[in-house]
Amino acid sequence: MSRYELLNEKTNPADIAFDSAGAPDPGHATYATPAITLDSVTRHFGRFAALRGVSANFSSGRLYTVLGDNGAGKSTLLRIIAGLLQPTRGRVEVLGTTNLKSVRPWIGYMGHASLLYDELDAMENLRYFAGLYGILGNDGLCARAMTTVGLEPALKRRVGQYSQGMRQRLSLARAVLHDPKLLLLDEPFSNVDVASAHEMVRLLGAMRDNGKTVFLVTHQPSLLEGTADEFIHMTAGRIDQRDTRDRSGDPQTGMDPRPRTEARR
Amino acid sequence: MSTLSAVLRSTLAKDLRMEWRSKDAINSMLFFALLVVVIFSFSFSPTAEESRQIAGGLIWVAFLFAAVVALNQTWARELRNQVLDAYRVSPAPANSLFLAKAIGNFIFVGVLEVLMAPLFVVFYNLRPVGPAWQLGLVGALATWALVVNGTFFAAMSIRTRSREVMLPLILFPISIPALLAMVESTTAILTGDASPVFWINLLAVYDVVFTTACLLLFETVLNAE
Repeated sequence: MSRYELLNEKTNPADIAFDSAGAPDPGHATYATPAITLDSVTRHFGRFAALRGVSANFSSGRLYTVLGDNGAGKSTLLRIIAGLLQPTRGRVEVLGTTNLKSVRPWIGYMGHASLLYDELDAMENLRYFAGLYGILGNDGLCARAMTTVGLEPALKRRVGQYSQGMRQRLSLARAVLHDPKLLLLDEPFSNVDVASAHEMVRLLGAMRDNGKTVFLVTHQPSLLEGTADEFIHMTAGRIDQRDTRDRSGDPQTGMDPRPRTEARR
Repeated sequence: MSTLSAVLRSTLAKDLRMEWRSKDAINSMLFFALLVVVIFSFSFSPTAEESRQIAGGLIWVAFLFAAVVALNQTWARELRNQVLDAYRVSPAPANSLFLAKAIGNFIFVGVLEVLMAPLFVVFYNLRPVGPAWQLGLVGALATWALVVNGTFFAAMSIRTRSREVMLPLILFPISIPALLAMVESTTAILTGDASPVFWINLLAVYDVVFTTACLLLFETVLNAE
């Protein structure tokens, strides 16, 4: 049975979003192998260097939070990992392969913009994007994905009439709809009310607990305290600090597979 | 192949639904083509015979200009909220998107032609002397020639700063052979003076060549930064 047939059979996004079993293992990625490997990744926009020789490994099944000022290179890094941008120099390996096209079915991407059609309602949007991943005619799955992020599936309003927070939640539903192994999120909590943001964090934590790798960029690190496994600090196109945490939110020592001093470049 | 056709169908259905709700493309094309018909009609006041001689050119120039309006809208929808990124990170084939957009534009321009045809007949007192059924064939081949290149070059120009200007600058020169073939074949059918077969064949070859080229190159265009 193919991955898409399996997805089509599932009607509960919890099965899809939280169950790592069932789908073939992309690139044999396991907890032992890194989900993302960056080797001297540099990206220039004209004369401006958005990323300056970033090298790092990110393990599977962990929740990473990328922090940094505007222009630090966070979104550029995320777009390069998603395959939306090519690095000017360097090597990017995702889920065990440098051929990022081959791992597209296992990557969920939530951009800074909503990546949704304003002219369609939520179900129409999800139905269309599910179709891009080969999930056809599974309205139950789309409806449950909406419920999971706290939206009402029966809502017939077009997305253009949604509040920014509702769009963010629908955008998250779109990103997790196809059971990605690696979730890349660019500021998922912007304009989301505190209660909804905490609910999104809980959802992301549950996905991590079920083996997904979550890599998110945010300006609100306090929301992720106690959930994130690692905080990655970026400055001027470089990773200059990596803080590993235990699940209580305390800084962790001794168990960090990549100690802070090693992360400094 | 099944993925390609499934994504093609869902993308086409989505585009038709969005156009049905907004009517952005069809309204602007219709208004533009209507203006061209009326202005030319009042400017020249041609006799029936003169009309048959010039109508081929008038019809296709009007449709070419009007089609540009729809072609610009095609990708503008995908740029709002950066929806194109969602497509680019998905495993869906790039050619499904291209074909869905081209077929969508073919339908929009086809609807425009059906709506405008009676107006051309009335304003220019047209009655084909040659075999009228060939007009349908020329219409289909010529419309595909316009939209296949237009869809491709519109995708190429979406990331440029002045894409509304850029599209005609790229599209019109490359459409000259097709435009010549569509005008000559239409005039031949309307006047009955010559056989349109050569021009129809030329249009068919143009369609095959450019459809193939666009399909081969579209993925590169889609993923260009």
